[in-house]
Amino acid sequence: MKQLKSFIKKEFYHIFRDPRTMLILFGIPIAQLLIFGTVIKSEIKDVHIAIFDQAKDETTMQITNKLLSSGYFILDENLSNTAGIEDIFRKGKVKEVVVFENNFEEKLTREGTAAVQLIADASDPNMARLVTSYTTGIINDYIRKLNPNLQIPLQIEPQVRMYFNEEMKSAYLFVPGTMALILMLISAMMTSISITREKELGTMEILLVSPLRPSQIIIGKVLPYLMLSVINAFVIVLIGHFVFGVPVTGSFILLMLETILFILMALCLGILISTVAKSQMVAMFISMVALMLPTIILSGFIFPIENMPKVLQLLSHIMPARWFIAIIRGIMLKGTGLLFVWKETLILVGMTLIFIAVSVKKFKIRLE
Amino acid sequence: MIVIKNISKSYSDTRALKNISLRVNRGELFGLIGPDGAGKTSLMRILTTLILPDSGKAKMDGLDVVSDFKKIRQIVGYMPGRFSLYQDLSVEENLNFFATVFGTTVEENYDLIRDIYYQIEPFKTRRAGKLSGGMKQKLALSCALIHKPKILILDEPTTGVDAVSRKEFWDMLKKLQTKEITILVSTPYMDEATLCDRVALVQNGQVLDVDSPTRITEKFPRKIIRVRSDETYRLINDLRAYEKAESVFAFGQFVHFVGINDEVETSELDMYLEKRNHKNILAEEIQPGIEDVFMNMQSNI
Repeated sequence: MKQLKSFIKKEFYHIFRDPRTMLILFGIPIAQLLIFGTVIKSEIKDVHIAIFDQAKDETTMQITNKLLSSGYFILDENLSNTAGIEDIFRKGKVKEVVVFENNFEEKLTREGTAAVQLIADASDPNMARLVTSYTTGIINDYIRKLNPNLQIPLQIEPQVRMYFNEEMKSAYLFVPGTMALILMLISAMMTSISITREKELGTMEILLVSPLRPSQIIIGKVLPYLMLSVINAFVIVLIGHFVFGVPVTGSFILLMLETILFILMALCLGILISTVAKSQMVAMFISMVALMLPTIILSGFIFPIENMPKVLQLLSHIMPARWFIAIIRGIMLKGTGLLFVWKETLILVGMTLIFIAVSVKKFKIRLE
Repeated sequence: MIVIKNISKSYSDTRALKNISLRVNRGELFGLIGPDGAGKTSLMRILTTLILPDSGKAKMDGLDVVSDFKKIRQIVGYMPGRFSLYQDLSVEENLNFFATVFGTTVEENYDLIRDIYYQIEPFKTRRAGKLSGGMKQKLALSCALIHKPKILILDEPTTGVDAVSRKEFWDMLKKLQTKEITILVSTPYMDEATLCDRVALVQNGQVLDVDSPTRITEKFPRKIIRVRSDETYRLINDLRAYEKAESVFAFGQFVHFVGINDEVETSELDMYLEKRNHKNILAEEIQPGIEDVFMNMQSNI
């Protein structure tokens, strides 16, 4: 016990005395969260548009006002002919041009139909789709309110409601995802690096010749990083809540317990990596390539798992982050309790146990 | 105390140790002398249970290095060739850490390390990485000794250390010997060999000879002539070109010459070198040192 305590103390000295380690532990997670939070967006805000209004009557004015007051769009220019459209897109600032046809109001009241053309800059297809669908929505909404008794034959109007994330806020999606990514990377990378560093500097040789048991070395390596990663997770949830407004509707304690479980799993994975990697470089490389990309791509963090090919869907089952993201989305957004995430929790527990068992078994009591 | 029997060890295609047998007595200061790559480190790692031998047996204080590795790790103090302490921990922290790891305290065995530690104690709050080479070695020795080991194994402890520190280091080893610690030390420096009780000359994974340093040199049957002139490099080449030369090696500012037989006289060399326009020639007969023995054994393999 005394041996373990002094080992842990030594480990904390290493962490606090190395500015690089401190930066990776505390600087990178916060930076990553803020960057992901502001960059990955599936909502639009202040998109620049241009309007070519050939009718210039009351209806078109009202529609224009509605578009501009929605908060999604900013009017950049009023065009007077179609020739300017391509030029204005080439400049890159304007993402959409709204064209109203001649005699818009007259046609609408007399014939019941009038044409609006939406031209979008599809060099960024996601953006173009979002912008046009937002615009269509606003215009349809206006027309419907204008003629409440307008009955287009057999028209089906879906009423869409986005549950748990009514406003489709992307922050709700990326905070759980980023949390999984960061904890996975930091925990696995830091333990694997700190063990391989001992190998590289030759201190492992002395530790092995000492009466320390492999389990003591492993626990001594895991505990300090577990404590620091929990602090990290706490900071991420706080930033998610106060900067991006992501709620924690479920039990905060359950959330933290699940997080500790996930961190433990990642730490054991790190130890497993260190039993394979001979140098810090290799350890870092394995943690980065083998963990980061699959975690981003296959965990459902950015791309929905349901849309993947069957093979990748199967592969995503072995991604620990997939289960963790499901758990914290459940707890943070839906407010579910353990009753609804016990299956995912059990899978994580199982993975952790496997990693521990394999690491202890593979941990070399000799140099080769 | 240490019994090594027919130990062999190979790494993929190089044979590091070829059927080595050795015996180190209790309380002895035993030296493994040999150049880099001779197999000294491999042998020491087998004894410290860090690697497994391919064949053969080795016992430390009656404990087998393979099956009793846990017990051996309690009684052995090991100082690897590379400085292997935590560079970002201070002198004091390193010492305390290794003391607790071995289940003891610094105070308990302080008398054992006092002579060594008092020299670095003024710097005890300094990070180990910022110490000088000599001080690093003293700290490493202190850490290896902190649990009062029965056997101390030191892998090239004086490599890269200045002459004064080297001498101090060997004085300490002599002192430790009086405290009933068996010491196995390896070194590439021949002059340190004379400080051991007995030495084993190791080359290419084989033991060439085991004996006390004086007897090893006494056994050397050949006459050695030490030669000097103003141009050492040309001197070596000229001596090697001499028809009666068997081996010629540079030793500092001198060149050691061994003839094909012991009838080669110093005056003969004088004349030969004068003809070759060497200035300030000095040729004299000397007592062979361990280096001479070693160099000749090597050239005879």
